[in-house]
Amino acid sequence: MNLLETLSHTVPATGMFANAWWMIAAPLLVAAFLLLAGRVADAWGHFVAVAAVVFSFSIAACLFGEMLGRGAEERAVESTLYTWFSVGTWTFDVGLQIDQLSILFAMLITGVGSLIHIYSIGYMAHDERRRRFFAYLNLFVAAMLTLVLANNYLILFVGWEGVGLASYLLISFFQHKKSAADAGVKAFVMNRVGDFGMLLAIFTMLAMFGSSKFSVVNAGVPEMPAIWATLLGVFLLLGACGKSAQVPLQAWLLDAMEGPTPVSALIHAATMVTAGVYLVVRSHVVYEHSMIAQTAVVVVGTVTLLAGAWIGTSQDDIKKVLAGSTMSQIGYMMLAAGIGPAGYAFAIFHLLTHGFFKANMFLGAGSVMHGMHDDVNMRNYGALAKVMRYTYWTFFCGYIAIIGFPLTAGYFSKDHIIEAAFHYNVVIGLCALIGAGVTAFYMTRLMFMTFWGKQRWQPGVHPHESPKVMTLPLVVLAALSIVAGALMNWWIQTWLEPAAGNHPHEVSLIPTPIGLLAIAVVAAGVATGWYFFGRGDIPKVAPASKNPFTLVGRNVLYGDQLNDAVIVQPTYALAAASDATDRHAIDGLFDGLAHGFGGLSTQVRKLQTGYARSYALTMTAGVVVTAVVLILAHLA
Amino acid sequence: MTNPENVLMLAGVLFTIGALGVMLRRNALVAFMCIELMLNAANLALVTGSTMNGGLDGQVASFFVMVVAAAEVVVGLAIIMTIYRTRRTTSVDDANLLKL
Repeated sequence: MNLLETLSHTVPATGMFANAWWMIAAPLLVAAFLLLAGRVADAWGHFVAVAAVVFSFSIAACLFGEMLGRGAEERAVESTLYTWFSVGTWTFDVGLQIDQLSILFAMLITGVGSLIHIYSIGYMAHDERRRRFFAYLNLFVAAMLTLVLANNYLILFVGWEGVGLASYLLISFFQHKKSAADAGVKAFVMNRVGDFGMLLAIFTMLAMFGSSKFSVVNAGVPEMPAIWATLLGVFLLLGACGKSAQVPLQAWLLDAMEGPTPVSALIHAATMVTAGVYLVVRSHVVYEHSMIAQTAVVVVGTVTLLAGAWIGTSQDDIKKVLAGSTMSQIGYMMLAAGIGPAGYAFAIFHLLTHGFFKANMFLGAGSVMHGMHDDVNMRNYGALAKVMRYTYWTFFCGYIAIIGFPLTAGYFSKDHIIEAAFHYNVVIGLCALIGAGVTAFYMTRLMFMTFWGKQRWQPGVHPHESPKVMTLPLVVLAALSIVAGALMNWWIQTWLEPAAGNHPHEVSLIPTPIGLLAIAVVAAGVATGWYFFGRGDIPKVAPASKNPFTLVGRNVLYGDQLNDAVIVQPTYALAAASDATDRHAIDGLFDGLAHGFGGLSTQVRKLQTGYARSYALTMTAGVVVTAVVLILAHLA
Repeated sequence: MTNPENVLMLAGVLFTIGALGVMLRRNALVAFMCIELMLNAANLALVTGSTMNGGLDGQVASFFVMVVAAAEVVVGLAIIMTIYRTRRTTSVDDANLLKL
């Protein structure tokens, strides 16, 4: 069975699969209910929200179990729910595709989503707009599930926009703060740029294939002209860059940390920002037919993984360090997705493990903030390991997972990517290796500044452990951060093969030379982190620095300034020029014309003297002139 | 029968006198009489033409002109009378309100 036959092979939805749409419907209905119910639901609304997500998770788990029981050929299920609309020869169906790839996503979204919902019960306990917060979270879960379960790009786009909306609403959830409101707008606007790419891609598909269904597109791509395959790939990549905060559309992610911490964990670490990776893997057939687009994905991924790591090294805000780290890790996934069939499974593997350990660390950061009066500056932390034992140990699990300590989740998933990158191109491989070292460095820095070292707390701050409802999800996620890699390492490649078209590789526990090199680089990164931040005291104020690397990192690679200079200012100038043209040239022309006629008529008006004799004179003169003309004409 | 050309010449002279009178004289009654003079000059030309061609068309037309002139005299004199009553003047230059 060749690749394409595998791809288009889906079986109709029966039994449990026919009810899969409840996964999306439940959180959506609850979101609508919570928003409409009013204050009546203030006291208990969040429990309904949690129940909805847990319900979705149980459906996803049942479907997953059912798929495990089936043969590999019968796992991918497609069900058309109804026809949305038809225009001319185009018909758009609302349909779900539940295959090996989307079920993993659905499990991640609902599973991590459930834990984060539970955590939020504690985190948002004292917020008077808690009901609204949970409604938005449920809206997000519904939109994200729509995104990953859709069987065509148009429905995917509906989910794509839905998560964008939910992201906007949640980033600016603390709307009384101007910075939060601005950050929401920024994220939304920058995502629009990516959405523009998505729309172009969908238009291209409709023009080329007359349908946006995955199966039709996958079947049609091999026959389309190479230039169109490249364009399609680049359009999709633009969309992925916007949603996944990849260079050059990365600047919104750090500002998005203005949102409540559970939001950062769910949307801006575990799920939404990885939608770009999902899109690239889902569209892998397109990339396999365009070397240029594929290389573009690799370059974007590599640049972002280094850029994100760079940002992570010099921020003092704990959430911004984690945001930079998220960018960097998504860069790894993009890189893997761009490598081709060798990397798809690794991209998804890293995506899943990253979803666990990054959600874990974000929630841990939220727990730290909870105990530190919402202070996010790591220079005011220090020595928290003793007072927040659960938070510390769970965070530590995330820490060793992300740096790739042997046998933890990140060790399996990230090393595979580094290895695949080396096989693809030595330069790319070296960049990935450097990224791993820098990751170890900034995470060690974070650990020293937050949990180890001496206490530098602000006066009046008494750190304390968070309630059980918050630490319990942390424990679950910490366990997953440790074991998820080992659980999936031997299994995920064969599992994903029919859906992602990857080529399974032999993986073994004994590290390859590149694996050993990676461990050495990580150890060097940890040692550097200890050398700079573990030995002496950490100043309360970031020391002035002339080191260009530090300055660039602190200023988030001058992303805002660059956008301002390249996009915003020219747009303002264009607007000012348009305004001036309208005001002076166009209005001037017509106003001038009107004034001219006005002046002319003032002059002509003077002929109306009111003197009967002058009228008589004019009349006579007119008669004479007419007569003369007639006579002359007659003579001629 | 006199030479028709002389009569036409007379009609032209009368018309010119009338036209000049309308343009030059301020007194509304004089201007009015000058209009009558022009109408009669036209009548004279019409009648002469009719005589020259041996038809009756010109003479019929001159009757029409006379009827219209009679009606016009009635209306015109009434207007002049009214203006004189309200403004104590018959100068056409004083009746100059019809302007912007």
